[in-house]
Amino acid sequence: MTDQAVAGEAEAGREVGRSRLRKEDARLLTGQTNWTDNIQVAGLLHLAILRSPMAHARLTRVDVAPALERPGVLAAFSGADLAEGLGSLPCAWPVTEDIVLPDHPPIAVEEVRYAGDPVAVVVARDRYAAADALEAIEVDYDPLPPVLDLEAALAEGAPLVHSDKGTNRCYTWPLTTGEPFDAVRERAEVTVKRRYHQQRLIPNAMEPRAVVVTPLAASGEYTVYSATQIPHILRIMLATVTGIPEHKLRVIAPDVGGGFGSKLQVYGEEALALAVARRLGRPVKWTESRSEGYLATHHGRGMIQDIEVAATREGRLLGLKVDLIADMGAYLMLVTPGIPILGAFMYPAIYKMDSYEFNCTGVFTTRTPTDAYRGAGRPEATFAIERIMDELAVELGLDPVELRRRNWIRREEFPYTTIAGLTYDSGDYEAATAKALSLFGYDELRAEQRRRNERGDPVRLGIGVSTFTEMCGLAPSRVLRDLRYGAGGWEAASIRMLPTGKVEVVTGTSPHGQGHETCWSQIAADVLGVPFEDVEVLHGDTKSSPQGMDTYGSRSLAVGGEAVHRAATTVVHKARRVAAHLLEASEQDLEFRDGVFSVKGSPEARKSIQEIAFEAFTNHDLPDGVEPSINAEHVVDPENFSFPHGTHLCAVEVDTETGYTKIRSYVCVDDVGHVVNPMIVEGQVHGGLAQGIAQALYEEAVYDDEGNLVSGTMADYLVPSAADLPEFVTDRTETPASSNALGVKGVGEAGTIASTPAVVNAVVDALRPFGVDDVRMPCTPERVWRAVREATA
Amino acid sequence: MIPPAFEYARPQTVEEAVRLLGEAGDEAKVLAGGQSLLPLLRLRLAFPELVVDVGRIPGLRGVREDGDTLVIGALTTHHDVVRDPLVRRHAGLLAAATATVADPAVRHRGTLGGSLAHADPAGDLPAVVLALDGELVAVGPNGERTVPAREFFVDYLQSALAPDEVLVEVRVPKADGWGFHYEKFHRVAQSWAIVGVAAMVRRENGHIAEARVGLTNMGATPLRAAAAESALAGADGPEAVTRAARSAAEGAQPGQDASASPDYRTHLAQVLTKRAVLTAAGMG
Repeated sequence: MTDQAVAGEAEAGREVGRSRLRKEDARLLTGQTNWTDNIQVAGLLHLAILRSPMAHARLTRVDVAPALERPGVLAAFSGADLAEGLGSLPCAWPVTEDIVLPDHPPIAVEEVRYAGDPVAVVVARDRYAAADALEAIEVDYDPLPPVLDLEAALAEGAPLVHSDKGTNRCYTWPLTTGEPFDAVRERAEVTVKRRYHQQRLIPNAMEPRAVVVTPLAASGEYTVYSATQIPHILRIMLATVTGIPEHKLRVIAPDVGGGFGSKLQVYGEEALALAVARRLGRPVKWTESRSEGYLATHHGRGMIQDIEVAATREGRLLGLKVDLIADMGAYLMLVTPGIPILGAFMYPAIYKMDSYEFNCTGVFTTRTPTDAYRGAGRPEATFAIERIMDELAVELGLDPVELRRRNWIRREEFPYTTIAGLTYDSGDYEAATAKALSLFGYDELRAEQRRRNERGDPVRLGIGVSTFTEMCGLAPSRVLRDLRYGAGGWEAASIRMLPTGKVEVVTGTSPHGQGHETCWSQIAADVLGVPFEDVEVLHGDTKSSPQGMDTYGSRSLAVGGEAVHRAATTVVHKARRVAAHLLEASEQDLEFRDGVFSVKGSPEARKSIQEIAFEAFTNHDLPDGVEPSINAEHVVDPENFSFPHGTHLCAVEVDTETGYTKIRSYVCVDDVGHVVNPMIVEGQVHGGLAQGIAQALYEEAVYDDEGNLVSGTMADYLVPSAADLPEFVTDRTETPASSNALGVKGVGEAGTIASTPAVVNAVVDALRPFGVDDVRMPCTPERVWRAVREATA
Repeated sequence: MIPPAFEYARPQTVEEAVRLLGEAGDEAKVLAGGQSLLPLLRLRLAFPELVVDVGRIPGLRGVREDGDTLVIGALTTHHDVVRDPLVRRHAGLLAAATATVADPAVRHRGTLGGSLAHADPAGDLPAVVLALDGELVAVGPNGERTVPAREFFVDYLQSALAPDEVLVEVRVPKADGWGFHYEKFHRVAQSWAIVGVAAMVRRENGHIAEARVGLTNMGATPLRAAAAESALAGADGPEAVTRAARSAAEGAQPGQDASASPDYRTHLAQVLTKRAVLTAAGMG
């Protein structure tokens, strides 16, 4: 009996596809849980960090002695004090052979390179004493020039972020496929070239970063609790950074309140807390404040995109050329250099073409390091291609939807290998677009837009479209090897059948708001035929879940959910052998339905999977040579990425007198493959839309000329709330992924990736009659007002 | 976000509060609803030695009538102001503008007196009380004094209150028969106004007989748009209002911040004044 056949039996599906209320929510919503900052242990000390107020300076003196005089202070350390036994923070994605990899001490020793770089730490009995004592530390800074402009940083003679490296250029990563772009440009009838700016964004997880380290002096063991997305990777990396052997480190991600990529990181503060706990032999806690997080939690985006398309007069794309300059910030963190490279494969999006030329240059600046932020490279790519498709449509006098239709991969062409080299296994852009257009009322809105334009209405209507795709299900390990990524892309799951018939699912994914406990329970309940309530999902603790690659990049369901499915399938497979023995029938004669094995033709001969679990426990009557366990585990390495797609349509009303943009309606039809829990999918789409709209209209990390973060609090960095967002109309088409048995694709980032260009396309579309062809993000009222004023001047 | 250490006192009477403030000299801050002071403390932008919490002093909460005047206790929360029937009937502008302050959580704790004493030109209520021609009543060591709103806002975050004075009530003349509107322009619901315009309009025979216009966030203090007010007198329709509103920012020196430049603010003041006045006058 093959695994596929067993899986086939379970496809009746009672749980998968149901909008189950989330198991996690009772404790999350009532606060009956352990956020890292809630953890209390006897003798806990509090760590506070003094951070550089300057973007770039040499440290000529760091005197922590005065802090020691303050009440409640037990210890204080400079970077030099802690240097021994603390290695450089890791970069796991050196994208090229000749990449410049600067040293990245968890706390600055000789030089600070961004406003917020740690300079000294204080350890005190409570966090008030620790915060007060920071003010006593004396530091002399010898100012160095800030490096802020990406292009100027690359110029000959520019001041250097890392003077020992002799350059601010971190790497140059090219990808050229198909015909040479110069050749297609030559024969193209139309070319359009634009420059777009991806502003820096600051991730805003509801829970800030926090870490607690408890040492066990007798055995040299340490438990690290951290608000992290990656307990497994963190354990390996902290072992490397601190020299504490991996088997003496236990990392726990308790309930974690959101990450959006910002907690896909190995942070200096985590290493510092561990180093201080080791030094003092005492438990230590550090929790950042929101404004501290704005300085020192990694940022996202931050790119200049030069993009050019070549096409025929009929609107057939011939080629695409992309030149990126990507802001690394001051140091390379866990996957900093790889973020734009993830995007490299997504610029061709859903379109067919003959030529693609991509080039990315990573640049160091004296700003907070950048790294993964919801979408990670893919929103940037999608923005640029979807924006320029609208510009090309204008150039050709075509409706933007029609231009897309003329270029997208048709449903009968799947599987399709794109010019960037990815093989899209499935998709149906026609169906998603048709559904979205009809829900949106596209033709009626275009008619209203014409009427407003004709009467010169000061409030203009704009319509934006984005037909996006993305690559999820990270990732086939061999592809990661080819991209020089430092780890694999597999995921692990194991299933433990308890003697009383209850089930423990152990997953290597590390949920931080996604609802894995609910979805993994639904998957396991279906395969095993047990009640949803009888399944417990264990995660986020390297002791209970020793093997995992954690949660990011919309990978968890497509890879981790698949691992749960396969492990459960193996449990049924093993149970079948026991059932056949107990029922004195051959395995082929057994049916398995709703958790019960029965003999075909004699339905009274039955054994439930729970009974078999008990039989395995007692081992009183198992067949010879069969191990007394029906537990199973699986590690899944995906054979391909998954490719969610969708069509998003946005209508905005732009008040040209004030520049204010109001989203009037937003429709999206996403195809994320089969859906395990529609309610959770809906929630992911809503949150994703909010975050993508935030980039289009609201959020920006603003620095002054000295390199100080101006938008340093939530009063200046505007995160929109439900009050600022429209009622979303969401719908789906379901084209299953072929790369996993569940047919799922992933939905964590879809809304963010798709929505930003839909909104900006709508804003520009509203202003097109004035001659405006771009508004830089975020499209603030003042920028919109200026765009109109300058275009009409 | 951990405030520096400070002493904390919770007086039971205004007199006791005044005494405590007097003893502390310049080193004390008054705490009412805490929606402005606590963020300043937590960001370590204020370092008072003593915080005098007046929040539980009896008698400073609620709204009453005094002839043609409405008297609002300084500790009346925004939430209570918005719902108060007397305020809604006689000072509708205040109710309408207060409903736009921040978010429900802030409105349940923040107080009218606190937000005026904080004297933030980006706050909504200072310009509103200016447009209402309100008066502020303070108690100090020498007893009570009344300060017209026009003299109350001295500079950025600086009011006419002496360090040992406590704001106890806000008096606004009943504005029955006046049209009103608060036009707030902000980027997200809970953020401060980039510019706000508080308009009060009295109409006679189809034209504007009298207009009062208060400006939020158009300089270091809330302002009255005096030039626009004079130009509005006699305006008989949208065109005249639009013309008059062009002088809304005359004399103002709006600042530069992450949300807006001075010339954009100037432009907004004109557009928003036009809209606020048209709505207040029922001409919109």
